[in-house]
Amino acid sequence: MSLKGKAAAIGIGELKPVKEPGDLTALGLMARVAAEAIADAGLEKKDIDGFLVGVPFSDPGMIYPASAAEVLGLNVRMLNQVDIGGASPAGMIWRAAAAIDAGMCSAVLCIVADLNKVGDQRPPVISVQREFEAPYGNIGANCGYAMIAHRHMHEYGTTARQMAKVAVDQRTSALKNPLATFNDKALTIDDVLNSRMIVDPLHLYEIVSPVSGGAAIIVASPEVAKRAKNPPIWLLGAGEYANHSTITYAPSITESPIKPAAEAAFKMAGLQPKDMDLACPYDCYTITVIVTLEDAGFCKKGDGGPFVMEHDLTYAGDFPCNTHGGQLSFGQPGLAGGMSHVTEAIRQLMGRGGERQVKGAALGYVNGNGGIMSEQSSLVLERRS
Amino acid sequence: MSEYYKPLPKPSPTSRPFWEAARRHELTLQRCGACRAFIYYPRDRCPKCFSDNLAWERVSGRGKVYSFTVVRRASSRAFSDAPYVLAIVELAEGPRMTSNIIAAPEDVRVEMPVEVCFDDVTPDHTLVKFKPA
Repeated sequence: MSLKGKAAAIGIGELKPVKEPGDLTALGLMARVAAEAIADAGLEKKDIDGFLVGVPFSDPGMIYPASAAEVLGLNVRMLNQVDIGGASPAGMIWRAAAAIDAGMCSAVLCIVADLNKVGDQRPPVISVQREFEAPYGNIGANCGYAMIAHRHMHEYGTTARQMAKVAVDQRTSALKNPLATFNDKALTIDDVLNSRMIVDPLHLYEIVSPVSGGAAIIVASPEVAKRAKNPPIWLLGAGEYANHSTITYAPSITESPIKPAAEAAFKMAGLQPKDMDLACPYDCYTITVIVTLEDAGFCKKGDGGPFVMEHDLTYAGDFPCNTHGGQLSFGQPGLAGGMSHVTEAIRQLMGRGGERQVKGAALGYVNGNGGIMSEQSSLVLERRS
Repeated sequence: MSEYYKPLPKPSPTSRPFWEAARRHELTLQRCGACRAFIYYPRDRCPKCFSDNLAWERVSGRGKVYSFTVVRRASSRAFSDAPYVLAIVELAEGPRMTSNIIAAPEDVRVEMPVEVCFDDVTPDHTLVKFKPA
């Protein structure tokens, strides 16, 4: 059994994130990006017969998919929420393909949108985290990634300058992305290291900025893909893995579950990391990119720091990585943050990268990462010539 | 005494012995009778071998800092008294625990030896913390 070539992404919709939510609502943003993605695919709303949605932090609720589908006026043969944090968008792509391959539906709307504000009903944290983490101040994601970074520095000699380089190169690409939140000023390594220390060893410019926004992707069967406006971007491989939620209880905090997820994705695709024309690894923090490049097999374990120094990670470089600027420059619209990596890979493979187009890009790797290096969902995508 | 405004552990039937021991200033862990692994945080079955043959044992309270961070700006208003040192402590018996290191932030290092100390944050709640050994 394999999902290789069983479905393709044929349309995307994505908003430029905004810092202040103003009068926006998460459901309103979903309607906007859904309309944009359906039109981009060359379909009509009635063609959508599958629906995967992420529950926004700003307006959570139970039995969410049917409610959101009702708001959008969808009639669907398959619906579900995907609740694997920042890995949800990547996880939606293969789940959509699996449902299509199983004959349940033929065109799946995958959607996430969120506001930079906490709703009336803050999503509850599971009891064990309230009991064993919160009392010590292990709240939010910053602390866990900071502890990963410290241990990585200890084990492998990774340096602050190496981590900062990730933010610098991604910003260079963001300058060519009109949708990015931070696209008006280049960064230097010293700018990053001179920004405020938030959680040692991570500085402000190494940490994602919360914004409001959303994105949608249409995943379609080969039959539907034939009549799409855009070149279909085929799912060649997918892999997923989780072995912890709180980083304290991970088998290792520097070797992540990205390894088995990426191995499965590359195996299904019959390809290797070196075959990729671009990589879009989830980047909530600079260290996340370094660990992902190691564990996905783009370099040896522990060599992520030297690797990002030795390679030009910009759209014009020898290792194009997060050419939309990454979340670090694009912004992180809550759960929708991880969608920007998927939309960017699709956009580049479709040849719609504009000024930041990676020349001749035909194969792309995407990794979605949830929680504190917890849920991992890797994809290999292809544009066929 | 000022009111304690940080989150407090709410023991479950599974974890109550852990917090009761902490109030006595004892560090106890569950140990699996089948695979002999020590377990943290408390479970209903051993997360390694899935046995339900678990018993509580008092442990040494010694360990080392597996990793740490100095939180200078906290995500929660309850911790507006930052900076504080948040750490993953690897206990001598094996399991890792999230805790705080009671030390000046600049003195904390990865792999530094630490020993348990108990912080009676309210008359009913004692948190398990660590200090340099």
